[in-house]
Amino acid sequence: MRPCGVFDERYETDMAIIRTWQHWTILLGTIGLLFCIPLFASYYFISLLNGIFITSVMVLGLQIIMGYCGQVSLGQAAFMAVGGFVSALLTLKLGLSFWLALPLSGLSAGLIGLIGGAPSLRVKEFYLAMSTVAIHYVIIWLITHLKITGYTQGLVAPPPAIGNFVFNTEERMYYIILMVTLLLTFYARNLIRGNVGRIFIAIRDNDLAAEVMGVNIFKYKMLAFFVSCFYAGIAGSLLAHWYQIVNVEQFTLNHALLYIGMIIVGGMGSIPGAFFGVFLLRLLDEFVLTVSPMLAHKFPQLGMTPAASLGVMCFGIVLVLFLLYEPRGIAHRWEIFKASYRIYPYRK
Amino acid sequence: MENNLIHIKNIHLAFGGTQALLNVSLEIKEKEILAIIGPNGAGKTSLLNCISGFYRPYKGEIIYQNMDLTKVAPHKIAKLGIARTFQNIELYTGLNTLDNLMAARHIHMKRGAFWDGIYFGPRRREDIKHRKFVEEVIDLLELEPVRKKIVGSLPYGQRKRVDLARALCMNPKILLLDEPMAGMNVEEKEDMARFILDIFELREIAVVLVEHNMDVVMDISDRIAVLDFGTKIAEGSPDDIKGDPKVIRAYLGAGQS
Ligand SMILES: Nc1ncnc2c1ncn2[C@@H]1O[C@H](COP(=O)(O)OP(=O)(O)OP(=O)(O)O)[C@@H](O)[C@H]1O
Ligand SMILES: [Mg+2]
Repeated sequence: MRPCGVFDERYETDMAIIRTWQHWTILLGTIGLLFCIPLFASYYFISLLNGIFITSVMVLGLQIIMGYCGQVSLGQAAFMAVGGFVSALLTLKLGLSFWLALPLSGLSAGLIGLIGGAPSLRVKEFYLAMSTVAIHYVIIWLITHLKITGYTQGLVAPPPAIGNFVFNTEERMYYIILMVTLLLTFYARNLIRGNVGRIFIAIRDNDLAAEVMGVNIFKYKMLAFFVSCFYAGIAGSLLAHWYQIVNVEQFTLNHALLYIGMIIVGGMGSIPGAFFGVFLLRLLDEFVLTVSPMLAHKFPQLGMTPAASLGVMCFGIVLVLFLLYEPRGIAHRWEIFKASYRIYPYRK
Repeated sequence: MENNLIHIKNIHLAFGGTQALLNVSLEIKEKEILAIIGPNGAGKTSLLNCISGFYRPYKGEIIYQNMDLTKVAPHKIAKLGIARTFQNIELYTGLNTLDNLMAARHIHMKRGAFWDGIYFGPRRREDIKHRKFVEEVIDLLELEPVRKKIVGSLPYGQRKRVDLARALCMNPKILLLDEPMAGMNVEEKEDMARFILDIFELREIAVVLVEHNMDVVMDISDRIAVLDFGTKIAEGSPDDIKGDPKVIRAYLGAGQS
């Protein structure tokens, strides 16, 4: 966001993301506000935000692999499961502290992600999507058939703690989740604006040209898979210790599809887009949750659980509407708004 | 022999039944503009693709810096200092001009993806250094007005120019140009010819130019090789080529000879 008439005089400022003092005010103000939310918000609202931020970390990772590098991955929910289970195992069985288990779960999901990404050397698009579905089922099958992961019951994940201070309430978890989200957003944004980001987009837009321009395609595809699965793993670990339980039901293929829906709605290839998508679809969820009991009351013939079917239906409708009318997602609207602000008070 | 950069030795290339290149030998010398001409389908693009490692000849070798390029991966060939443009412009359509060019600096960047995510500090200083290089190319090819435009939205002539600029940003020792003027109007063609000469004089690199426009070829090249049906039918100075009966026959078509 830049007002009219502000130009750059040095490459440093031209390349910066945050350029004016107004920028800084908005950014720091927002972060400050986010930190203050637990002081006045309801328990329910904080728990909603916790869910949104964890999903955002997940979707940021998906944005990197799919939105930027152009590789379809339907295995993200399973990679998230890897993170969640590894984190639970490390803390529960090995007694490791959460603060160590968190990065380790990201790393292990990232490494498993390399296996998931390996087919991208040979196959593209639809076929790659199918091979990631296969990876999803293999991971989930292993988790439900191994004793160490507690079969279908899953595992208990103890809440994080510093000394005697245990992060066992929504407010306390909120700070951990918020910090991790901010940190990973910062990292993703910088990764994308630098050399790695340009190479990811180059692979997405024209992999043949990228190769002739000196890009080791396979290496960078694997890097993209690693980073995105790292994000998924971190999200999985946060989810596990927030719920204090991990179970395969939290990581179904439906979840993976929902995440893809989120980046379509939010906008492919945009960091803010990841957040827009998560927010919008979670709001939709909330809407369905409040509306469906009323519906159930009005039309008892619908049965007891219209919420589930209504939720899926609304998701489908919203997705189709976006694909038809704004395939570049909310982020594109946001860009248009920023561009018009840039030339305000003039018009195109 | 001293000023030989690339030595193409008897390469053969086939696609199923069609023989795209048949026993082609050619030398690319330092500091010269070598033009490759020939009718449609003669194998000019295929020859460039062999040099950049895209196509693999089934016989013969391409010697560069004591290596056989036919056995080297395309991205490594790029790092050895061979850059090219494409007949059908192959840009990163979703990036702006500046980022397309910055992406070409990739081969000169220190690796270490982890630090990219931190960005501030050494990575930023490096980016600025490369940005300066890129800005020089932008100046040279007069791309200032489209610096921040998404290349997918640029008109054809300008996209061709960005394609050339991107190859130049790799700071190559050898520049392969596949029909840089095809589909342009007269004014754009003149600009392009001027740019190619400017680059040649400024960088003192070897330029291989595939082109159909005879006037341009005769004007700016030092040496010309003629391909027809996958074989090299002539090679020599522009004056030699102009009078070569085989070349004239190839261009008029075998049926009319
Ligand atoms: N990828 C490919 N698959 C199959 N055949 C190909 C392929 N690339 C080139 N050919 C064939 O090889 C021959 C030489 O093609 P090439 O593109 O090298 O010609 P060219 O001299 O560049 O022609 P133009 O002037 O039209 O660009 C043609 O017969 C073409 O059909
Ligand atoms: Mg060609």
